[in-house]
Amino acid sequence: MRYSYQRRTCAIARAKMFPKGTKRKFSDSREEPVAGGEDVNQSSLAAVRMLSSYSLQRQSLLDMSLIKLQLCHMLVEPNLCRSVLIANTVRQIQEEMTQDGTWQIMTQALSAANAAAQCSADRLVATEVLCRQTEAAQGEQVPKPFPVVGSEGCPAEEVLEEEEEAAAAEVGMTMSTVSPQAPTSYLPGTFGMDPCWEEEETGEDDDDDDEEEEEDSEECGSGSEGEERERDSLVEDTRTAEQVFGTFEIKNPAPSPDPALEELFSDVDASYYDLDTVLTGMQSVPKMGPYDLLESLSSHGPSPLSSSTSCRSDLNELDHIMEIIVGS
Amino acid sequence: SCCVGDSTTLHSADIISTVEFNHSGELLATGDKGGRVVIFQQELESKNQPQCRGEYNVYSTFQSHEPEFDYLKSLEIEEKINKIRWLPQKNAAQFLLSTNDKTIKLWKISERDKRPEGYNLKEEDGRYRDPTTVTTLRVPVFQPMDLMVEASPRRVFANAHTYHINSISVNSDCETYLSADDLRINLWNLEITDRSFNIVDIKPVNMEELTEVITAAEFHPNQCNTFVYSSSKGTIRLCDMRASALCDQHSKLFEEPEDPSNRSFFSEIISSISDVKFSHSGRYMMTRDYLSVKIWDLNMESRPVETYQVHEYLRSKLCSLYENDCIFDKFECCWNGNDSVVMTGSYNNFFRMFDRGYRQDVTLEASRESSKPRSVLKPRKVCTGGKRKKDEISVDSLDFNKKILHTAWHPQDNIIAVATTNNLYIFQDKL
Repeated sequence: MRYSYQRRTCAIARAKMFPKGTKRKFSDSREEPVAGGEDVNQSSLAAVRMLSSYSLQRQSLLDMSLIKLQLCHMLVEPNLCRSVLIANTVRQIQEEMTQDGTWQIMTQALSAANAAAQCSADRLVATEVLCRQTEAAQGEQVPKPFPVVGSEGCPAEEVLEEEEEAAAAEVGMTMSTVSPQAPTSYLPGTFGMDPCWEEEETGEDDDDDDEEEEEDSEECGSGSEGEERERDSLVEDTRTAEQVFGTFEIKNPAPSPDPALEELFSDVDASYYDLDTVLTGMQSVPKMGPYDLLESLSSHGPSPLSSSTSCRSDLNELDHIMEIIVGS
Repeated sequence: SCCVGDSTTLHSADIISTVEFNHSGELLATGDKGGRVVIFQQELESKNQPQCRGEYNVYSTFQSHEPEFDYLKSLEIEEKINKIRWLPQKNAAQFLLSTNDKTIKLWKISERDKRPEGYNLKEEDGRYRDPTTVTTLRVPVFQPMDLMVEASPRRVFANAHTYHINSISVNSDCETYLSADDLRINLWNLEITDRSFNIVDIKPVNMEELTEVITAAEFHPNQCNTFVYSSSKGTIRLCDMRASALCDQHSKLFEEPEDPSNRSFFSEIISSISDVKFSHSGRYMMTRDYLSVKIWDLNMESRPVETYQVHEYLRSKLCSLYENDCIFDKFECCWNGNDSVVMTGSYNNFFRMFDRGYRQDVTLEASRESSKPRSVLKPRKVCTGGKRKKDEISVDSLDFNKKILHTAWHPQDNIIAVATTNNLYIFQDKL
């Protein structure tokens, strides 16, 4: 039961991160005739596609890793070696995204959202820890270790020191207060990017990098309506503290299933091999420094709003199942 | 060398979690997820078939560990047997150490094939006789009886590990042994259960800074002061207990520099060492990481002397294997008696043997269909791409639920024990 839950959650996370429709949209807009040498555009087009696909898939790997860290065995102590290896993977991605500039953008969106949230103390501490570390990273360019292992991976002493309630509740709570925050920090972060990203496409014809950069930041700032919407749903998410996966609780009504999403589920396994190829081969791709466009593009989350909310309704259902398992 | 199936299979309700021959090879112990230990004994060679060594039959079964509940943390402690290690035989009885995540136990396995009969004051069924009816005296005599194998727990070594025990190793001095968990290694005296010495501690002050754990540990087969432990970052540290009480400073650090062309987000995970085994000679050690087996010369720390690819075709599938958690599978490895061949398991019930001298390797399968008694095991081949030849299996048809994590090699003869999920296969080499 647990294993299938894990698989499904991972598939959902992946589906959110791999919307083929989105990619197509991106490449469609690119195919509009552009002034300038065709060859140059072809190679830069390919490079842009490659790197933005890499970023999408890196994001997906990050989400998958965070979900894995969350879904610890509730009855038996989690495997510390596995947790440490996953946490190290998350840290690697975090470091790379920090160098990209991706990380800062996401955590800014998150901290802005959380500042407006009426969080319980537990929730706030967790996200504060996450944001604080990345703010420190902005200064040092070296992100501190991801806090997940701190409570989740330590079965005995540290957890015991903080316990006041029943041990089971505390362990569950500790895990839920730290780990689940992390995915939330990415989900709304990417949502917040959507308006920017979509508007961004029309500005791609511009060859001047500096102008594009300015455009990006302006549009991100002005995409406030979309962000507000995201922030509100995030507030509602983080308010529910009791459930293990309280951050996934959805207050929005479930929309009708997205047909694109159904198509994605049918194609689950094959796309993973793409991910394999990209991730195992791609990390050695040299950074394209001059292409600021690429950097700002890669920082944007991929999923359109509709597929994300239908994902969240699935998560709501899974959340309900988890409640039954945990017996709360 | 070809393998002949004089294959014995065993149905076990629980998943086999460890397999170990004793020092003579006459006994083979298995531990399972249900906390049971099953010991097989090799039958004596029959005079009719001198070339065929005896089969292994069940000798003793006992419940070693029970599930426990840690009330402080509200977590279950699994009864699964993580490791079994035999002690060298000193007298008629056999001794083995078995461990679950938290507790190590020393078991004595002894035979009883005689019993005293002819007591003066007791009847044969145990009732006491009326002393007034005794008219003559006799000396009780041992009479043969059906063989009975008894397993009794002689020592329980508990409450010394905060984290999950992954290894135990008996020292060549036969007086001490080590037990290793994710962050610490303890040294025990076999006679003393209420104390152990902590000899390695890699727990950081702040657990948030934890990035590396201990994955396996073993004593040197000859030098009682030397042991090694491997880590999740692909390093092996050799420690000398004479240097200091706490062996946090290694004497030698074995690590192979990373290949930059193969770098990915999964590099660290696949470099994590799942097993480390000294050669019988004590000159080499072997490590198993996710994709390969490496042989190290103890005198050279910079890189292994030999590297064997177990299933390189999985390198392009690492993300899928990460998603389904297979990338965290811990495969073991073992040496043959004269250190010329090494063996390890893979997926689809395949296991691999690498002949170091002849530079040959073979892939074999442990399954009912492919191994009938007294038949020769057919080498298998995985097709990595392009046109699939007849009898080859494509990577995409491999069953990742059928994994061989535990294998053992008889200390002298060419007899191997291979554990699939629920079954134990024993293969013998017909000379």
